[in-house]
Amino acid sequence: MKRVVITGAGTINSLGHSVPETLDAMREGRCGIGQLDFRDVERLAIQIGGQVRGFEAEGRFNRQQISLYDRFTQFTLTAAEEAVRQAGLEFHGELAARSGVVLGTAGGGVSTWDDNYRSVYEDGKNRVHPFVVPKLMNNAAASHVSMQYNLKGPSFTVSTACASSNHAMGLAFQLVRSGAAPVMVTGGSESMLCFGGVKAWEGLRVMSKDACRPFSANRNGMVQGEGAGIFVFEEYEHARKRGAEILAEVVGSAMTSDASDIVMPSKQGAARAMAGALADAGINGDAVGYINAHGTGTAANDKTECAAVADVFGPHADELMISSTKSMHGHLIGGTGAVELLACIMALRDGVIAPTIGYEEPDPECALDVVPNEAREARVDVALSNAFAFGGLNAVLALRRI
Amino acid sequence: MSTRDKVIAIIAEQAVLDPSDVSEDSTLEELGIDSLGLVESIFAIEEEFDISIPFNANEPSQSDFDISNVAAIIAGIDKLIAAQS
Repeated sequence: MKRVVITGAGTINSLGHSVPETLDAMREGRCGIGQLDFRDVERLAIQIGGQVRGFEAEGRFNRQQISLYDRFTQFTLTAAEEAVRQAGLEFHGELAARSGVVLGTAGGGVSTWDDNYRSVYEDGKNRVHPFVVPKLMNNAAASHVSMQYNLKGPSFTVSTACASSNHAMGLAFQLVRSGAAPVMVTGGSESMLCFGGVKAWEGLRVMSKDACRPFSANRNGMVQGEGAGIFVFEEYEHARKRGAEILAEVVGSAMTSDASDIVMPSKQGAARAMAGALADAGINGDAVGYINAHGTGTAANDKTECAAVADVFGPHADELMISSTKSMHGHLIGGTGAVELLACIMALRDGVIAPTIGYEEPDPECALDVVPNEAREARVDVALSNAFAFGGLNAVLALRRI
Repeated sequence: MSTRDKVIAIIAEQAVLDPSDVSEDSTLEELGIDSLGLVESIFAIEEEFDISIPFNANEPSQSDFDISNVAAIIAGIDKLIAAQS
């Protein structure tokens, strides 16, 4: 089996338009959540979110590209540009033929659906733009990345709600580790912050009207975010031979299904995913210094996740740090694991643990070291990134410092 | 603007050309308009003139709408507008 390393990272989210900007914000415990700004927002009960601001597609893409790129694709290409540039790879010949792209998204082109439903239902129009389908399809972003960088190997999109990115990155990891692909571009993207996208979430009544406060006793729900996180996963020897800078090693992944409830999380499913990732990596739980929690800020997730961590790690659960960066960038749904992987890389590489901000009151059911409100310096050798989706589909990645 | 000028403006925008560079005997291929650009042009023309163009992207040559050059497109649109009124 091959070793797999990360040689490029890119992002755009409410904390920043690049990895350095995002990590600075996480270090400073800055909050990217604020008043939403889009058409008909006044008709929503939930009016906050982690919206990407100051992003102008017009300056970045030409008219023809904009007519084909939904916002989730625009985010993906923006983050991919940063990641591939950092990796310093160009794809030709055999490398191009065998390298691919696997991305996660839950909703794909949600605002394209929204805009065009509005046009035919509300405005009564009988004709839509010819590119509606290629723009909204869930694989649009992966396909445009493949075209942009000449990636001709295994390429597809994974959709498992809030675990989409982690499932995608887990698969990319397996493709590189098995030798099927020397390089995989992976991660995920989401852009649901439009009237229909937020209205749908409102229906579930799990959204907070004021803030995302994971693990805090007074938490009152999740807050949506948007954006993308993209990584270059590369076979270790391939990266080493060309002298690439290595950000971290991906050492394990596991996927489990609760097979129990369409929305309620299961402690066993989450625990099996974390334990599975450790077993896959051949690492003892005691080696884990940091967990980037799924940490949505809902009553159900946070206490289930903390109980699962206690089950998997035993007494070591009280030694490790676990934080939820959703408190800062919001829940990017299908793109969330990708942006959160950046916090794991920062912990391993820079020795800085991103905090859980908005933490106000301890909850006895979440009695772990959640790195409240302020980032912390600590040496971490192994980090986990959790994602537990609606539908009971869980995916956990294990990363190691290199 | 006449039908001719409006159609040329739409095609020129699609081809990223100045309208003065689009002549009536230009073919879409010469102007660099590919299959996606063609369906987008048809959409823009339908929107502009509020007409429905009998164009099937599966078999453009079998459609009742002649797209062999700019003049044919203008003539087809004139016919559709006349049929509507």
